Amino acid sequence: MSPAALLLFLPLLAAAVITLFLKRNATVSALVSVASALVCLAISISLLAGGTDAREVLFNWIDLGSFKLPIELKIDQLSKSMMLVVTVVGTLVHIFSLGYMKDDAGKARFFAGLSLFMFSMTGIVLANNLPMMFIFWELVGVSSYVLIGHWYDKASAADAAKKAFLTNRIGDFGFMIGILLLWSITGATDFGGIEGWFQIQTNKDLVAPGLLTAATLCIFCGAVGKSAQFPLHVWLPDAMEGPTPVSALIHAATMVAAGVFMMVRMDFLVLASVDAATVIAWIGGITALLAALMATQQNDIKRVLAYSTLSQLGYMVMAVGLNAGLAGYFHLFTHAGFKALLFLGSGAVIYACHHEQDIWKMGGLKDKMKLTTLTFAIGTAALIAIPGTSGFFSKEGILDAAFEHNKALFGIAAFVAFLTSFYMTRLFVVAFLGKARDHGAEHAHEAPLVMLVPLLILAVPSLLAGYGFFSGSILPQPEHVGEHHGLLQMMLSPVGTTSLVALIAGVGLGFVMYRGKNQDPLKISLFANKFYFDELYAKIVNVAQDGLASLANFFDKCFIDGLAVRGSALTASGAGQLFRRLQVGNIQGYAFLFGLGVLLLIFLAMMG
Amino acid sequence: MTLSHYLLLSGLLFAIGLAGVIVRRNIIIIFMCLELMLNAGNLALVAFSRFNLSGQGAAAQPNYNGQMLVFLIITVAAAEVAVGLAIIVALFRSRQTIHVDDLNSLQG
Repeated sequence: MSPAALLLFLPLLAAAVITLFLKRNATVSALVSVASALVCLAISISLLAGGTDAREVLFNWIDLGSFKLPIELKIDQLSKSMMLVVTVVGTLVHIFSLGYMKDDAGKARFFAGLSLFMFSMTGIVLANNLPMMFIFWELVGVSSYVLIGHWYDKASAADAAKKAFLTNRIGDFGFMIGILLLWSITGATDFGGIEGWFQIQTNKDLVAPGLLTAATLCIFCGAVGKSAQFPLHVWLPDAMEGPTPVSALIHAATMVAAGVFMMVRMDFLVLASVDAATVIAWIGGITALLAALMATQQNDIKRVLAYSTLSQLGYMVMAVGLNAGLAGYFHLFTHAGFKALLFLGSGAVIYACHHEQDIWKMGGLKDKMKLTTLTFAIGTAALIAIPGTSGFFSKEGILDAAFEHNKALFGIAAFVAFLTSFYMTRLFVVAFLGKARDHGAEHAHEAPLVMLVPLLILAVPSLLAGYGFFSGSILPQPEHVGEHHGLLQMMLSPVGTTSLVALIAGVGLGFVMYRGKNQDPLKISLFANKFYFDELYAKIVNVAQDGLASLANFFDKCFIDGLAVRGSALTASGAGQLFRRLQVGNIQGYAFLFGLGVLLLIFLAMMG
Repeated sequence: MTLSHYLLLSGLLFAIGLAGVIVRRNIIIIFMCLELMLNAGNLALVAFSRFNLSGQGAAAQPNYNGQMLVFLIITVAAAEVAVGLAIIVALFRSRQTIHVDDLNSLQG
């Protein structure tokens, strides 16, 4: 078995072994899962160091004459770097979970779920054709469902799992249509083949441009679902019902980034259709803005982070739409690090405060959890793009692209940067500074070592991932790579100045408003209630469901019951009513009719 | 006497029989009228046989096919009488009537 195949199937093996044999033995299953993650990490590092790009057919899934659908791995710079993200964050989350889920009743199931997720995510990253990617796309949906609903006896968790899965189905449906459309247009399902088709201008001229736009938008639909973009963003905040390590791994660093990864993988699609690119860029911008606004009024520490994830994903998608996919991917790369750090940090805080998630019941944690606070601060700094941290460089790339292509989106992006610094400052000030406001926070204590180490490790890329010496050899480089600006130059450019102003304004406002406060001085119910999207969707679903139901009812009553069932019965009994009149029950009557009939026959025979 | 006299008689007999079958209510009478119709047919057949000679003069022969058919009909009629009377007896035993107006349980 080649290393890449091992990378793909080892987590599946771990999940299978745990589920089949080790359900009762939580400790061993946790170790099996962690070991598989560690081996995967080693393999993906060796792949990255190994250098060469390769493709590897594992087996032919469908082989019908000229149509072949192989399960094939594509190993290039993009997938290698993404694999690094997945395995590094994945491994750290596995280790963190050893502490976080120490006494959980479903520990074995949890680790099986994590391994299954690693398998699915690896499949997406390494897939060389769209159908294979779609299979794993669905598999991450399933494993995300399993992990969100880990505490399934809690109604809210079970509902959130269902909501996430169903919302994703909508996007996946579009994705599937997009795959079929692309296949029918290009005749290819593998990325190389599709890209080859798109490189020939005459091909594109022969196809109606609307069709290409539709195909691109359908493919993008998949990304909208998985990366939780407006209008399918509603599942991600609810997904925070899952255990915090899951939120860090799946709903911050990897799975939700899969949509962006897929769009980067197929950036030639976006290049081919200007209309689709515009739609994608605006969807990203709107998501970033809405999510940032909603984040300013959330009180649950994980929800604040969830909305900030949404907002950052919006940035990435916007970059994709602005034909700066690699800038978006760079942000994905840095974001995975610092957002996983933030989530794991929030996990440590929640663990320390005895599963309290409301930031207004925390406070004063900086003295009790020094290292956690330090790492959380580093993560926050990267997220709000303090110059020098990883987030600064990647966000700058996106802002540059927006500045260059679309000033309106640049305005939105800059405003979102301001909001980001504002709500993250709010979160940090309320939760970590000031005085403890609740019993749990008073007795908080530093997280155990097994949870601290992942935090410390993740703090490194949060600080350094932006620099060329760190990520230059990992990330795929854009072909039109510009001159590398120095840090100072970036800060002094118009874009850099704008983001610095946004940063300072946001942090300043956050400090002024929330320092020493015991409750939120700002109450905007529109933001706190997430723009009433959930209510709106519930209404739409209800109305649509009722409408559909009454339509079906009408159809059933009218056509099935009325026409088909009663209609045929009526026809039969009506015909019976008619013909029973012939049965007079009088022998002579029959004889008379019989005689008449004979006469008629004779008459006809004579005439004929 | 020509063929048409016989045929006329045969037709009359048939018509009387048919009228009896249709009009009368006593099932025995109906049965007898049926026999009358059969014999009207027989008469026609015999008449055709007699007047449809083959050959000339004294050597002329009637067409025996018709007469054979008459024997057949008489045989069938005998069998029919046996079956029919048996049915009527059985009917009378179960319904105590031979009046066809009372036999209308098949009316729709």
